[in-house]
Amino acid sequence: MRAKFQPDENGYFGQFGGAYIPELLYPNVKEIEDNYIQIIESQEFQEEYKSLLKDYVGRPTPLYYATRLSEKYGAHIYLKREDLNHTGAHKVNNTVGQILIAKKLGKTQIIAETGAGQHGVATATVCALMGMDCTVFMGEKDIVRQAPNVARMKMLGAKVVPATSGSKTLKDATNEAIRYWIQNPHTFYLIGSVVGPHPHPDMVARLQAIISEEMKWQLKEKTGSENPDTIIACVGGGSNAAGAFYHYLEDEEVELIAVEAAGLGVHSGESAATSQLGEVGIIHGSKTILMQDEYGQIVEPYSISAGLDYPGVGPLHAFLFDTKRAKFMSATDQEAIDAAFELTEIEGIIPALETAHALAVLGKMELKSDQVVVINLSGRGDKDLETYMKHLKD
Amino acid sequence: MNSIAKLLKEKPSKVLSIYFTSGYPELNDTTRVIENLGQSGVDFIEVGLPYSDPLADGPTIQDSSTIALKNGINLDIVFDQLMAIKDQNTTPLVIMGYLNQVIKYGEHKFCEKVVACGIDTVILPDLPMVEYENHYKELFDHYGINNVFLITPQTSEERIRKIDSYTKSFIYMVASSSITGAKGEISDGQIQYFERIQAMNLKSPLIIGFGISNHDTFSKACEYANGAIIGSAFIRHLEREGVDGISEFTTQIVGS
Repeated sequence: MRAKFQPDENGYFGQFGGAYIPELLYPNVKEIEDNYIQIIESQEFQEEYKSLLKDYVGRPTPLYYATRLSEKYGAHIYLKREDLNHTGAHKVNNTVGQILIAKKLGKTQIIAETGAGQHGVATATVCALMGMDCTVFMGEKDIVRQAPNVARMKMLGAKVVPATSGSKTLKDATNEAIRYWIQNPHTFYLIGSVVGPHPHPDMVARLQAIISEEMKWQLKEKTGSENPDTIIACVGGGSNAAGAFYHYLEDEEVELIAVEAAGLGVHSGESAATSQLGEVGIIHGSKTILMQDEYGQIVEPYSISAGLDYPGVGPLHAFLFDTKRAKFMSATDQEAIDAAFELTEIEGIIPALETAHALAVLGKMELKSDQVVVINLSGRGDKDLETYMKHLKD
Repeated sequence: MNSIAKLLKEKPSKVLSIYFTSGYPELNDTTRVIENLGQSGVDFIEVGLPYSDPLADGPTIQDSSTIALKNGINLDIVFDQLMAIKDQNTTPLVIMGYLNQVIKYGEHKFCEKVVACGIDTVILPDLPMVEYENHYKELFDHYGINNVFLITPQTSEERIRKIDSYTKSFIYMVASSSITGAKGEISDGQIQYFERIQAMNLKSPLIIGFGISNHDTFSKACEYANGAIIGSAFIRHLEREGVDGISEFTTQIVGS
């Protein structure tokens, strides 16, 4: 029997998912659907993937017991250090896996979308590693906002194409990538999150699942039990949360908390809290919860963090929200900034702005003194220094 | 028999269809564009519902949609505009939009409005066949609406046969692996594809779209199909010449 939180044969998690794609894309998606599980489960893939994760990415990432943070919040808080991965975030787990899938499918040209540039950098990195041609679509506005990552991608040999349509941000970059894919079916679309048409959400979740796979044995070593009481992760599209939750989905005694970006406040009109503000609809080929107006026009979200301002959420997360398997919380820009400074001051770790949203909910929870909490520290904050500097107190 | 099937039965060749974006160039141009297209001898008209994220469309149609949305167009206004000309208009209309618009508007309400406007044919490029089979076929059948499917050079023969069996008006034959947008010529590769489809002897009429932009490409397409659809090239003409210049465009396309 299929596990409750795995997609059915049409790629549905409950009512969410599917592949709402123009006929033009059907063969491209079908090729991946017909092959991805077989490739991922093959011994050859697993050996190459695990070997690259170990020697190139630097896995396993530590599960660090944050003593001072634990003291402050009165619980046992562990940080899963995805920020220590090569390229600085969890994104590379997925790009390493997908580039190997692309190779198996005989593809030599890779395309990707990026918002903050983290997925773009992680894609350009594995393309350089494999000697593949790389084109990254990025919103014209984001290119200006995220100049250091644009420079990294260029140094890594990627071509960065500005998305000039619509709101000129992540959703438009994704539209442009899909359009390019339609016109160039021989390319491989290396999608960056658990979004898009089936099988992309499932494929990316399987490749990020390494996070919770490691958490299990690391917790066993440190606490004697594989299971924590609570796992917290931030959610934009939802790839780091999918990875951190993956091996605990069916284990309903483990509390899962997904943290969305509330921007200036959930109901301020400047927010990216999709589960709170969205309704069922279709975005980028997937039926999910998305932010839209009364006529189904997709609304541009807002967050201080360019990695969380996506108007939808992956279909798995929509299902976790709908079934209440995960608890959805949110953090504002200011709460995220404060949490980032707090972690920096007491643990000496500068987190990414996205990750800071996950940290920000600690103060909003009623924690028990023996509660074991794992926070997925999805990325490091080097890319956000400019924003942090604006908030630095003298 | 639906309006488009009837048209194609009466006129099985050189059918000219034009796509335009409702609410463009100005909010209230929808009805004027339809009137002018009808008077210019266009056989049927695709009324585009502007969408924020039109995945299957190229930059020309997306830009016109962005402008139309800024003009304040929405589904209620489009349906009001279409209702207003329902009795005068004699050119069959087809609604083209994206599935999210239908879902958010309410699937039943959408169908009721379409029918109330005297329209019986819709094109939803992101409605996949499996979802049609599982849900939308029953819904559309209930309202007497027929759904147009697209085929591309990559669509398998088995899939084309299935689409042929579902089709009640015409099959929308995408001229190449592309999004909408004019290219100005038809390649040998495209002709081979047209010939391959022609040789399948499908029961449904074929209308070619995507990349048809001028007299030459229209005529060429008509050699292999019952007609062709022009979208982006028309939008560009509309942008340059305005609503009053419409007949000039269709004359160029059809030729003298």
